[in-house]
Amino acid sequence: MKETKIFEKPKSMIDVTTHYCPGCTHGIAHRLIAEVIDELQIQEKTVAVAPVGCSVFLYNYINVDSYEAAHGRAPAVASACKRLLPDSVVFSYQGDGDLASIGMAEIVHAANRGEKITVIFINNAIYGMTGGQMAPTTLVGQKATTCPLGRDPKLAGYPIRMCEMLATLQAPAYITRVSVAKPKYTIKAKEALTKAFQTQIEGKGFSFVEILSTCPTNWGMRPVDATNWLEEHMMPEFPLGVFKTPE
Amino acid sequence: MGKRFLMKGNEALAEAAIHAGCKYFFGYPITPQNEIPEYMSKKLPEIGGVYLQAESEVAAVNMIFGAAGTGKRVMTSSSSPGISLMSEGISYIAGAELPCVLMNVMRGGPGLGGILPSQSDYFQATRGGGHGDYRLLVLAPSTVQEAVDLTMLAFDLAEKYRNPVMVLADGFMGQMMEAVEFKETRSEGLPDPAEWAVGYMKQRGSRALIKSLYLDPEELEAHNWKLQAKYAQMAQHEKRFEGYLMDDAEILIAAYGTVARIARTAINELRGEGVKVGLFRPITLFPFPYEPLENLPASVRQILTVEMSCGQMVEDVRLAVGKERPVSMYGRVGGMTPSVDEIKDQVRKALGR
Repeated sequence: MKETKIFEKPKSMIDVTTHYCPGCTHGIAHRLIAEVIDELQIQEKTVAVAPVGCSVFLYNYINVDSYEAAHGRAPAVASACKRLLPDSVVFSYQGDGDLASIGMAEIVHAANRGEKITVIFINNAIYGMTGGQMAPTTLVGQKATTCPLGRDPKLAGYPIRMCEMLATLQAPAYITRVSVAKPKYTIKAKEALTKAFQTQIEGKGFSFVEILSTCPTNWGMRPVDATNWLEEHMMPEFPLGVFKTPE
Repeated sequence: MGKRFLMKGNEALAEAAIHAGCKYFFGYPITPQNEIPEYMSKKLPEIGGVYLQAESEVAAVNMIFGAAGTGKRVMTSSSSPGISLMSEGISYIAGAELPCVLMNVMRGGPGLGGILPSQSDYFQATRGGGHGDYRLLVLAPSTVQEAVDLTMLAFDLAEKYRNPVMVLADGFMGQMMEAVEFKETRSEGLPDPAEWAVGYMKQRGSRALIKSLYLDPEELEAHNWKLQAKYAQMAQHEKRFEGYLMDDAEILIAAYGTVARIARTAINELRGEGVKVGLFRPITLFPFPYEPLENLPASVRQILTVEMSCGQMVEDVRLAVGKERPVSMYGRVGGMTPSVDEIKDQVRKALGR
């Protein structure tokens, strides 16, 4: 019987084992990005901006020109890079602490300027790298190491919905929230990433893809339970959907 | 002599950067340097460049990080409190070895301080300001013409060493008007950004990685020693100073920037009275030109440092002079300026006359 290879690692991915925990969805998100880069044939003109957080080592896995930005500042780095190299495809990859806490000013203003960049926002409702502290997107009642009794909105406010907030701005072209928790969501996540990169390539403006993700280690759950928890608890708070789309 | 223009210092600094081939500016408004971004916002779009007003100094310096990573000539300007906000980013730029030019038109501090000229950011400029063992190459002009010349040199030095270079001016220099000439100069043999910058993956056949994180302590130590070797090269090749009437001086005034100019007038008047006084003016504050102070003419009995600070550069002067000769310090701060008469009085007092 003749063997046909029907599945392989994307060309833009570096052939190494990732440092991510078992069950972490960063690997899925990375792979989707690499697949989209391959399919759009943009590897040599793509520039990645990695955040501070678990995915700081994004550049160890995706083989494109890369920056390692200071905590929260990836949209500023990406904005300048894209302005100087308008023919390149520039994306930042940021977690919820990086983007929605320390980097709130940078993401809002990059979006408001309509920078022709793509921002990929990994929302797993917790700080991963530092070991499970409360994030701006931590759910009410969700336990974290810095809210051991669960997030109390009287003390810490409510989870910030980035897509909804950015969608109030006039300039952004494409804003969507997807997930990679289960295959049915992952297929749509890839479509969203493709559209986001195409939005940039076609010069239509700022594109933003929020990916609801799991952090089994810091949530204290088995990977499969984490995917179910995401569906049951995160999706009602952070509904999937398209919030803005290019005309 | 080429064509001369009567220009405000800040505008001359901006035009000098454009003459040096800088087409990209990112910044945030702050007094007393606003004429620099204003000038850039008008001129850069006309030459196909980019002017972008950031949402903060924090964003501005990270835009510089992103822009410098492309290997093109980029700059920002700010004033003291703004440089404090930028200091984290400057550390990242130094750690990632990116070339760029930073202008600090100093005002008084600490805190919100004031908006009048000061020299109280000497420590911040020469000792860091951000975290980690890094150095900026710091150039301190004394006239608007020198500010123009040093700004153009700053871009060459930034590329030569792949290091941020700071032009340390003060509010006087930013706001005064003087005649200036723009001399076209460009150092030869500067490194090709295609070897390290983003945007050349196809040409180079491999990707660029702009980073400062080394989790392996051996790697981070090696990276630090590599940076230190670079700073040692700067110290060997880039020290600049001006000596004025030093050879027979009995007392030497050490001063930089605007204060050195005031001191020069005081020196000329004192010389008219027969007082043997000279001037030592560092032009590079890092690397600091220690050697001339270590090998002073035998006639020099003491040194008087004059600064618009409570005593910052004086520490470098003392390091160089040691205990062989007394070093005193006269400072005015908060936007107050040492006058010619005050400096003359300080010299007379030091000499016991």
